[in-house]
Amino acid sequence: MPAHIDQFLNFGLPLLILMIAYFVGSAIERRHFKDIRAREKRQRAFPVVTFETLPEDWQVTSAELIQGNVVISLDYFKRVIAGLRGLIGGRIKTYEPLLDRARREAMLRMIEDARIRGYHAIINVRLETSRLANAGRNGQGTAGVEMLAFGTAVTLARR
Amino acid sequence: MSPANRYPIIISNTETVPGRQIVEFFGVVTGNTVRAKHVGRDIMAGLKNIVGGELKGYTELLNESRAEATARMIEQAQSMGANAVVNVRYATSSVSQGAAELFAYGTAVRVT
Repeated sequence: MPAHIDQFLNFGLPLLILMIAYFVGSAIERRHFKDIRAREKRQRAFPVVTFETLPEDWQVTSAELIQGNVVISLDYFKRVIAGLRGLIGGRIKTYEPLLDRARREAMLRMIEDARIRGYHAIINVRLETSRLANAGRNGQGTAGVEMLAFGTAVTLARR
Repeated sequence: MSPANRYPIIISNTETVPGRQIVEFFGVVTGNTVRAKHVGRDIMAGLKNIVGGELKGYTELLNESRAEATARMIEQAQSMGANAVVNVRYATSSVSQGAAELFAYGTAVRVT
């Protein structure tokens, strides 16, 4: 009796968690990308630029710092894959969509906040990435990546 | 009809306040805060870490901490007599296990 329970705990359980992480994680990622695409479509007409000069015939009437942030983490399955890939080196494909969706989400949150507050554009946008160390495992595992988007929201008027 | 400002003075990450003139410089102002992770949030984040996705507790935590760092920077600027902080930058660093420093800095100025 204890033999197969032992086997399950040693091999079955990690595999089960790995499989759950794969299916649920992929579903969450797909849903998030779908959501991002839909929201980006809605915000497409809103000007967001990385420089701070504006066309001559527009005048800034008010300005404020605005920001959006998100902390996002990779699922267990993809972390294992990335870890294996790290042994031989090369491109780690599983991390690319993570950073991509975090960056787009942070940008969207910034834009949505600016729109709600009644601003017309965001200038001088900057993006920053930072890693949160995982306290439980001597900082080895990545608990999450924080993406911060910030810029100056402005209201505009014709001169 | 300008939008309601969430800060008591003008905060901007551009080199000047758009549409205004800088008349006086006061120098660099800084604000920081060091936060340790909340135990409850950490357990939730640990579970969320298995399937991935957004760690909402951390998003909020960092948001609040950054707001506090910004508030401290503003306080310093106001005590100098400035009415705006320009060229604001944010930095994050993990000082020790499970604690992060959030840092905001900029140049305090008076604008017209």
